[in-house]
Amino acid sequence: MKTILGRELPDYIEGYGEVTPFQGAFKDARIKTRVAVKLTSVNPSDQKVLANLEEAFDKLNLKDGMTISFHHHLRNGDHVLNMVVEGLAKRGLKDLTIAASSIFPIHEPLVAHIENGVVTGLVSNYISGPVAEAVSKGKLKKPALMQTHGGRSRAIESGDLHIDVAFLAAPTADTYGNINGVHGKAACGTLGYALSDAEFADQTVAITDNLVPFPACPIQVSQVFVDYVVQIDSIGDPAGIVSGTTKMTKDAVALIIAKRAAEVIKASGLVKDGMSFQTGAGGTSLAVAAELQEIMQREGVVGSFASGGITGPLVEMLEAGLFKTLFDVQCFDLEAIDSYRSNATHQAMSASMYGNPHTKGAVVNCLDIMILGATEIDTNFNVNVTTGSNGVIIGGSGGHSDTAAGAKLSIVVTNLIKARLPIIKDQVTTITTPGESIDVVVTERGIAVNPRRVDLIEKLRMTNLPLVTIEALKIMAEKITGIPKDVPTLEKIVAVVEYRDGSVIDVVRQIK
Amino acid sequence: MQKLRRSMLFMPGNNPGMLQDAAILGADSIILDLEDAVSLSEKDSARILVREAIKTIDYSQVEVVVRVNPLDTDYGALDVEVIARVKPDTLMIPKANEQEIKLVDQMLNQIEIEEGYVPGSIKLIALIETALGLENVYNVIQASKRVVGVLLGAEDLTSDLGIERTKEGQEIFYARNKVANACRALKVDSIDTPFTDTFDCEGLAKDTTKAKSLGLTGKSAINPRQIEIIHSVFAPTEAELKHALRVLDAMEEAKKEGKGVCSLDGKMIDAPIINRANCTVDQCIRLGLISGEDGAR
Amino acid sequence: MESNDILIMVMPNESGKVELELESIVIQQFGDVIEQVILDKVKEMNVEGITIKAQDKGALDYTIGARVETAIKRAM
Repeated sequence: MKTILGRELPDYIEGYGEVTPFQGAFKDARIKTRVAVKLTSVNPSDQKVLANLEEAFDKLNLKDGMTISFHHHLRNGDHVLNMVVEGLAKRGLKDLTIAASSIFPIHEPLVAHIENGVVTGLVSNYISGPVAEAVSKGKLKKPALMQTHGGRSRAIESGDLHIDVAFLAAPTADTYGNINGVHGKAACGTLGYALSDAEFADQTVAITDNLVPFPACPIQVSQVFVDYVVQIDSIGDPAGIVSGTTKMTKDAVALIIAKRAAEVIKASGLVKDGMSFQTGAGGTSLAVAAELQEIMQREGVVGSFASGGITGPLVEMLEAGLFKTLFDVQCFDLEAIDSYRSNATHQAMSASMYGNPHTKGAVVNCLDIMILGATEIDTNFNVNVTTGSNGVIIGGSGGHSDTAAGAKLSIVVTNLIKARLPIIKDQVTTITTPGESIDVVVTERGIAVNPRRVDLIEKLRMTNLPLVTIEALKIMAEKITGIPKDVPTLEKIVAVVEYRDGSVIDVVRQIK
Repeated sequence: MQKLRRSMLFMPGNNPGMLQDAAILGADSIILDLEDAVSLSEKDSARILVREAIKTIDYSQVEVVVRVNPLDTDYGALDVEVIARVKPDTLMIPKANEQEIKLVDQMLNQIEIEEGYVPGSIKLIALIETALGLENVYNVIQASKRVVGVLLGAEDLTSDLGIERTKEGQEIFYARNKVANACRALKVDSIDTPFTDTFDCEGLAKDTTKAKSLGLTGKSAINPRQIEIIHSVFAPTEAELKHALRVLDAMEEAKKEGKGVCSLDGKMIDAPIINRANCTVDQCIRLGLISGEDGAR
Repeated sequence: MESNDILIMVMPNESGKVELELESIVIQQFGDVIEQVILDKVKEMNVEGITIKAQDKGALDYTIGARVETAIKRAM
């Protein structure tokens, strides 16, 4: 069985199930069902606050083989996932599936639980660090399921991903289970990735280190979805929550790429009043935002919104009046958190509103311009952000495929060569985002436009920008680096890469 | 067509990543530096690395200049000996005076014969950074036919003069004039000293404008960020280009009508004005601002 | 060490052969090539009985050759 992109897939994958191969970004049937939720209603005399995590474990209907979920707003500072899994392991539970919207290096203790069978399944949109390496080496019993941010919400809401218990790290919670992310020592801002979990899990536990009297305003996760509240010493390390990835780059090559990308945006004709824009938090991507800011200021353009994970530079653009709104699914730095707390036009959104393809319209559908990164790109413009070219998992889609599918203009910005590895290949190691969603690749040595975008090629031909074919870019890189040897893998499938609609776009196989 | 030297970017000679990317940073010339950017303990490794880089890397249209160490150090002559054999476009000679230029010229004559290169094909840029070199700059340029330009090194020069180097640069007013004039007289490029505050874009634009107004033809850079600003200062403005094209049109018209003299907007157009207009149009063609056809009317 | 560079250490050995210990962040994709470049350079310089330790951070061939040459020249 083949995907439309030519990837050979088995009909059935042990530990995953029947495979629906990817058939195109918008090829699935459009009539969908949202699943009904089983819940235990709370009576006036019931108390939600429990003494500790142990009491919560006593009350919850724990069983082997269940699926428990976590959000990743505390990023590489998160203490909650490790604490919960450790507690469940001590109780002798096994065969658990961890559905965490992302997994970071701090979650290294999971590796031991994977090795001893406490954890046998993983569902995540982004996995990096020791857990990613363990999965790549085939240590997890079932293949990890790698989704997109929008795809995860879709899976939860459709019932494809059933959550038995959601453990919600809560920077602030009140005694009746209302949660916000803007107060408390582990403040992380918006809580976009926690909302579908809270709403659709059988049982929901808020875990907080800042328990306040009812009500904890502003309410970001409502009491109506929360069964229990547990107070602990620390849910996370602020230093790991607001990461250092959001600094502007000084790298000369990155700045050149950013400048070129901004010129592509300008030439596309999309820089006009009412425009919308999203970029990742990487150095080059943020540099594009800075270049775009200059263009918008010069031309007196006022955009509609910027979206996604929000960083200080985007807050600056909001405050400078360059955008009327920010749509924020997660805050990357303190500037973003402050802005969300104090500015009503800094609008929170759930992961579902952000990118779920099976809603009545996600925010990504309204996006004009999207700036994306890539680990590898193939000559059909398919992008890999899931594995390195040695086959080891280093990340995942996150919102990559969601935004690429929605935006009018999706631009990949990348160095043509990274530490001797050419970025353009005949075949990417893993397909994360299909080439049909990618319009332009901007590198320091040339710009390649997807041949599907004849209109864009016409516009860019009118500029002095160095347009080349993607094949020419590949040859250019290989002339400098030499041709890399293919890295062989074993047969065993260690991860299934789901496209946002739930079809399988690729699989990751075990490394040697 | 003669290549432009509006910007010359210094790059440290012992950094492989930067040597690989040097050609794509937008500078007209790159200066692979074996002198100040390389510590004494790495002089040998930088020399070998730069040699291999020139042999291997495609720098396409960008002029490759190597700044060797001063010839009165243990490294200078060896730098010339090793680097010249892989044929860089140009060598930059620090603390230049007539003697240094003549010495390198002789070494290059020999190397070019041995390697079978066209005699005189390796060019020289004299780095004027001593009071003596400055005072003698006219003769320095004439010391070898290889000299295609002078770079004014204000940091070392002011240190030699025992005066303070300032952002405003009043202290190098004389040096800039002297270099600009000697270079114009001998028809070689005059490249201004770098502006060392890489975060001050406005200051760089001001400083570059000042150099241009004194007759210098280009400016060196120590950070890629500076290149675009330097180029924008050295590019003819649209008004300058328009005026130049009108001058040339008026001249053509007068020629057709058999008139000996011509005028534009009531002003007489004489040879210097025509000459300047030709220069402007020529530079615009080279910058790709207009096509050759537009200019050659 | 910067990325795009390679650290080379050389020492004489008794075996009379060229012994190479290579670590590289791109060993799977370019390990063979890097090894060959190092060995070619050693041969070109007519050196025998040498142990080479190399730590590579994605250097291109020109850098590898240059660094090996520098290390050997310094050792001689």
